Amino acid sequence: MSEDTNDFVEIMESPIVLGYNFSAGHATSRFLREIKKGNLYGQRSSVTGKVIVPPRGSDPETGTATHEEVKLAETGTVISFTIVHIPIPNNPIQPPYIIANIVLDGSDQTFIHLVSECENDQITQGTRLEAVWKDESEWDYTFENVKYFRPIDEPVVDIDKLKAERLAEAEAWVKANGGDK
Amino acid sequence: MSSQDTDVLRASFDLGFTYTRSTGPVIGQFLTSLRNRKIQGIKGSNGRVICPPTEYDPQTAEELTEMVDLAETGTVTAWSWVVEPRPKHHLDKPFAWALIQIDGADTAMLHMVDAGSEENMKTGMKVKVRWAEETTGFMTDIACFEPA
Repeated sequence: MSEDTNDFVEIMESPIVLGYNFSAGHATSRFLREIKKGNLYGQRSSVTGKVIVPPRGSDPETGTATHEEVKLAETGTVISFTIVHIPIPNNPIQPPYIIANIVLDGSDQTFIHLVSECENDQITQGTRLEAVWKDESEWDYTFENVKYFRPIDEPVVDIDKLKAERLAEAEAWVKANGGDK
Repeated sequence: MSSQDTDVLRASFDLGFTYTRSTGPVIGQFLTSLRNRKIQGIKGSNGRVICPPTEYDPQTAEELTEMVDLAETGTVTAWSWVVEPRPKHHLDKPFAWALIQIDGADTAMLHMVDAGSEENMKTGMKVKVRWAEETTGFMTDIACFEPA
């Protein structure tokens, strides 16, 4: 029984929890099966020539289906990043830590992942990174098989130059392969 | 590619937001009263009693402060029968969601009526509060309403 108390109710917990049954779809399922084996794969748009990772099965620019699987490097470049200072409930990572938008070599789309094994002020746009994997025994159908990315000893990349190079490569691919319209 | 390779992967996924809200002077008072097993409303600018209470008058936006003690009984003004309760519902048997106008109030509030079966539900029926065994200062201190 509650006490007849006059302690004013100042705070109220009102969590909202939405339970989803998430279906990965064919393209992301293939991506996750490969990542379970320790491989990073993207898919190339046959219209723009760009390589999308993680693949969703269609080209975000044109909406056309993507079929060609492209094996990707484990190295990439920081496109943008943020240093997280506020702890997130149920997240075991202690702030401050770095979350970066990373583009893998040979791909044209960024994804978000952790950056670690560095001082936070060491990271800039264009910092070169490599994937650090969990122990193989822990690999599952998740991008978390890559524990985080860490800086590698390579010169900082000029982002605008990288973008121009990638665009030129995609255009060259379209030229060489006809390119679906 | 084996057939296994073409299967689509699925996983359950909970998206949760751990909100903690500050109640403010009016809802805080309402919840404090619920913990003491008392329903309160608030007097609106035109003398109407609003329950659950609001901080501001719905018509004039005037700040409201005058809390009013209300009865444990009320009238169902609208209802909808839930045949199969969902896991997150507070009752594990069929029940009614209902708008209940507490005696002494001029507005209705949404709550549950444990009426046993749909035949026992009727717009205009009298209901009374069933208090939770333990009250904590939350809306669920009213476990539900039952036919009076």
